[in-house]
Amino acid sequence: MKKEDLPQDPGALDKFTREVCYVKNDDGKYETALSKGWDVKKQALDSAWEEVNERVEEARKAVANGEKSPVYYFMELRLMDLPVLSGYTGIFPFFIKRHFKPSVFKDLSERKLEKYARAFDITVSELKNFKG
Amino acid sequence: MNIDSQTDEFHHVQTAHCENGVTTALLRYHGLDFMTEPLAFGMGSGLFYIQIPFLTVNNGPAISFRTMPGAIFKRTCKSLGVEVTRKKFSNPASAEAFLDQKVKEGVPVGCQVGVFHLTYFPKEYRFHFNAHNLIVFGEENGRYQISDPVMEDVTSLSKEDLSRVRFAQGPLAPKGHIYFPEKIKPVTDDMIRKGIVSGIRRNVRDMLSIPGNFAGVNGIRHTSNHVRKWRDKLGLRKASLYLGQIVRMQEEIGTGGGGFRFLYGAFLEEAAAYLQDDRVANISEDFTKAGDMWRSSAIKMAGVYKGRLTEQKDFEEIADMMLDIRMVEKEAFQKLSSLKLGK
Repeated sequence: MKKEDLPQDPGALDKFTREVCYVKNDDGKYETALSKGWDVKKQALDSAWEEVNERVEEARKAVANGEKSPVYYFMELRLMDLPVLSGYTGIFPFFIKRHFKPSVFKDLSERKLEKYARAFDITVSELKNFKG
Repeated sequence: MNIDSQTDEFHHVQTAHCENGVTTALLRYHGLDFMTEPLAFGMGSGLFYIQIPFLTVNNGPAISFRTMPGAIFKRTCKSLGVEVTRKKFSNPASAEAFLDQKVKEGVPVGCQVGVFHLTYFPKEYRFHFNAHNLIVFGEENGRYQISDPVMEDVTSLSKEDLSRVRFAQGPLAPKGHIYFPEKIKPVTDDMIRKGIVSGIRRNVRDMLSIPGNFAGVNGIRHTSNHVRKWRDKLGLRKASLYLGQIVRMQEEIGTGGGGFRFLYGAFLEEAAAYLQDDRVANISEDFTKAGDMWRSSAIKMAGVYKGRLTEQKDFEEIADMMLDIRMVEKEAFQKLSSLKLGK
């Protein structure tokens, strides 16, 4: 890539930092230049977030309809999946899956609820009382 | 080179990739002023390609354009005869105590962190990605001074915030991983040349003859075959999200795949100067070409996830582009191999 071809499309990194890129100068040698961003990347990131937001919305509806427990919603909200949530809580994925069921969730011990709440960065009452 | 003249002050280095940056900045701090990002990347055999089987990341394919996290630092230091200390911890309190000790001694250290809770990152970038690297180089007003190589300037983190990202969970969990050069002996030009040669040879081996079909240059073909099937198998929507994931793995800050090819080109250019060998400089052009081709493929993929391209033939075209890239990279590494450097 030639230096003059380096894209400068402001994206999510704008006002945060610019990125170092390796580009060819006029003498055909490599040097570094700073880029504000590139639309192609920005759109990839945007579409990833659209997908996240949709998953969160679907999870919210599932809780509202009584199909899933709040654990499922907050897992999606915090961009987690089973292995990540298992890492933060120390609860095995098999059990987490059970805790997605509203009927199992309502009988969860205070200790387990605290583990989830800490992983999600919320209070236990926020977790318990989330209705979708 | 006089190692005793070690610079007292730590200098922030901004780089394209975090681990290269940490390696470069730490080695420079310890007096190895010749160290540059391309050199660290090349000596550490950083260029790679792998689509990890059966694993999904953020609900998409797990593709990496670089070698394993930690390998670049380890290999580059080893080839320069630098002794390294690395530690992982089972609990945050002892990890923090060890870090505080190092800070008190005035030693800058590298830390592996997760980005999800990294407060100074923009929210859009904060996914559960655990192989980011930064340097802690001091403490001021109860906050750690941080040099994050992808940032233009230094920044800071509170004790709680740093502890949190050092104990991020999930795949590649850092477990408080901390590392720094321990003992540095004088480095001769001959050692640098040897390091360059062994870095290139290891990279040739990794890309050309790694077993299995999902890594090295063959890994590119593996993904290409997948891309052809995605539209039928997953439906257009999911297939386009998968392509978006490839582009993010490829071009995004800290993971840039197209960018890594340019970086390797820059390394070969520097290597040619050290080795006094124009043949190496010529092969640098092939990597520039590969980098440009990765970027063109990203533009094409963007057409799909923007919803402009929707046909199977578009997926076929992307898959074909990847096969072309594979050929360019394969030939480039074969050329490097046939130079018989160091023999």
